[in-house]
Amino acid sequence: MSKDNQILEDLTAKEYEHGWSVNFETDEAPMGLNEDIIRWISTKKEEPSWLLEWRLKAYKTWQAMSEPEWANVHYAKMDLQALRYYSAPKQSKKPKNINEVDPELIAIYERLGISLNEQKRLQGIAIDVVLDSVSVATTFKETLGKLGIIFCSFSEAVKEHPELIKKYLGSVVPMTDNYYAALNAAVFSDGSFCYIPKGVRCPMELSTYFRINAANTGQFERTLIVADDSSYVSYLEGCTAPQRDENQLHAAVVEIYAGAHAEVKYSTVQNWFPGDKDGKGGIYNFVTKRGICAGDHSKISWTQVETGSAVTWKYPSCILKGDYSIGEFYSVAVTNNYQQADTGTKMIHIGKNTKSRIVSKGISAGKSQNSYRGQVQVMKRAHNARNFSQCDSLLMGNQCGAHTFPYIDIANPSAKVEHEATTSKIGEDQIFYCNQRGIATEDAVALIVNGYAKEVLNQLPMEFAVEAQKLLALTLEGSVG
Amino acid sequence: MLSIKNLHASIEGTPILRGINLEVKAGEVHAIMGPTGSGKSTLASVLAGREEYEVTEGEVLFQGKELLPLSPEDRAREGVFLAFQYPIEIPGVSTTNFLRTALNQVREYRGQEPLDAVKFLSLMKEKMALVEIDQKLLSRSLNEGFSGGEKKRNEIFQMAMLEPVLSILDETDSGLDIDALRIVSNGVNKLKSEKTATIVVTHYQRLLDYIVPDFVHVLYKGRIVKSGTKELALELEEKGYDWIKEEVDSTATV
Repeated sequence: MSKDNQILEDLTAKEYEHGWSVNFETDEAPMGLNEDIIRWISTKKEEPSWLLEWRLKAYKTWQAMSEPEWANVHYAKMDLQALRYYSAPKQSKKPKNINEVDPELIAIYERLGISLNEQKRLQGIAIDVVLDSVSVATTFKETLGKLGIIFCSFSEAVKEHPELIKKYLGSVVPMTDNYYAALNAAVFSDGSFCYIPKGVRCPMELSTYFRINAANTGQFERTLIVADDSSYVSYLEGCTAPQRDENQLHAAVVEIYAGAHAEVKYSTVQNWFPGDKDGKGGIYNFVTKRGICAGDHSKISWTQVETGSAVTWKYPSCILKGDYSIGEFYSVAVTNNYQQADTGTKMIHIGKNTKSRIVSKGISAGKSQNSYRGQVQVMKRAHNARNFSQCDSLLMGNQCGAHTFPYIDIANPSAKVEHEATTSKIGEDQIFYCNQRGIATEDAVALIVNGYAKEVLNQLPMEFAVEAQKLLALTLEGSVG
Repeated sequence: MLSIKNLHASIEGTPILRGINLEVKAGEVHAIMGPTGSGKSTLASVLAGREEYEVTEGEVLFQGKELLPLSPEDRAREGVFLAFQYPIEIPGVSTTNFLRTALNQVREYRGQEPLDAVKFLSLMKEKMALVEIDQKLLSRSLNEGFSGGEKKRNEIFQMAMLEPVLSILDETDSGLDIDALRIVSNGVNKLKSEKTATIVVTHYQRLLDYIVPDFVHVLYKGRIVKSGTKELALELEEKGYDWIKEEVDSTATV
């Protein structure tokens, strides 16, 4: 045992790969949060007055709310007045296309292994990149434009497509939804917007890459995806942040709208800085993600691989309003060292013959705590609703914790709801078996963990799945117990 | 090839092996027999490098190299293979994927290029025929839901793929019906060569009808108390272990 713990300690001491930061000139809001700051942000972004009103209303609502305490996480509350709510890289003028973006910014993304130039075309991914508070570049706009697909930064969408923003902003996650969603509504600075017109199948993966660079800055982005009737889109989200001693706040909101027969697949590989091995620093990731299957036969599928953040509070959910609509949630959440994750989903069955599927794979190592929290709600008129939930926990070592909090709330007797749960440990005998075939312990752990998470990883688009596999291996290298 | 000298090992402070001496040469098959609890499986585990066992005394030379300081994976890469008595399940990992990882790590250790997918698959096809194993089994999660026979056959298949120098079969016959026993034994026999050696750990003589040993050793209370040829195994089959126990215990009390 002692040898195993040694291996565990050696390897969990591994440094976070994206912990660097870059100094460049930024345009920042003054510290703190008040109405003036919100006005400052709105002015900076040249927003219409209705949006400023919306923000101020959200701010008032937020002021009356208090931070939720029901999650199974413990952390020192952040002083929200000691944060900066806007930080943007200074650019002489707004870039019209990728060639006009500051080369230094491009270099940041190159360093992250994200190439913004044309070679991405070969991989068929269009990317919107968000650095701190603003979107710095969106690729393939023209290609997509020919199909009527809108894919741009949120701020641009506010200017170019105000009618769509007005119609859908806050329609899935109301500004009053929860503490962090209200805060986001008040101060959000940028994000991605995506609209797929009727009957269009988006020919490439759309992707947003988020990066927090500045210190003492919160990141509050909003993503809004609208898939009109009979359309399809697959959307990817990735994120990293520099390694800093103090905690940083990321409170995002993602809203998805799916019309009749539309399908949206949303995949996240979250790799925010998790804090160091003693639990110092790291991102607080307090995110509200929700989709509505508004039309009949629509489908929303969430896939998430959560490896980063010091504290995660996140429940990508589906409101199954349309008859025959389908909601899916596939999740792998890994916690190591002192990380804490309270994550899961909500499936709200409103329409008839709606189906949902939940597959959650938690992996806890080190001294971390990993909780699955999920709600399956079947409303009164949701005849023949079906849900299948599977919640598995894998423990590594003997100082971590895995918890499952399923809530099932049924108001229609025709509902069929299944819940399966397992807890297992990576056994010394499994590791030894691999060793005996010539496989080193680190690779054995990677192999076993990837096998465990396979059902979820299989849901990811190919190029993301490979990344996710590597990331899982990196996060857990040698955490054997 | 393998030289075990005065090997002592214990688990949680309880001595199990109390001075094993054994010489195995290339081309030989040795059977280790003995009553339950005599230390047979412990010997197999210690040679493979299982961590629960603490070697308290003695040394093991494998192809002239000290074996005991090596990690389990390096022993495997040097050519020691253990066919497990109870093969381990690894959900979500296919035998194919598992073996490809293993084989390429072994090859890397030996300074060989990794096998590409095509070469790996053709090697698999060749070895599959040898142990009469179905491809479908190999794409399923490793050992998960396998029958006893399938698990043991899979062990021998892995052995065929990894081409070890020394194979240790730990109670490979347990849980096998007669047909499975024949298939598994055939596989082992086909894999034998002048350059390799096999140690068969078994409680019963039955397996030795198929895998014929050059030498039979009886392990009792952590020592080899009797060695002989395959006739010894037949004698044990007929008379059981009691006469050996008595012989040893009476000498001990004198």
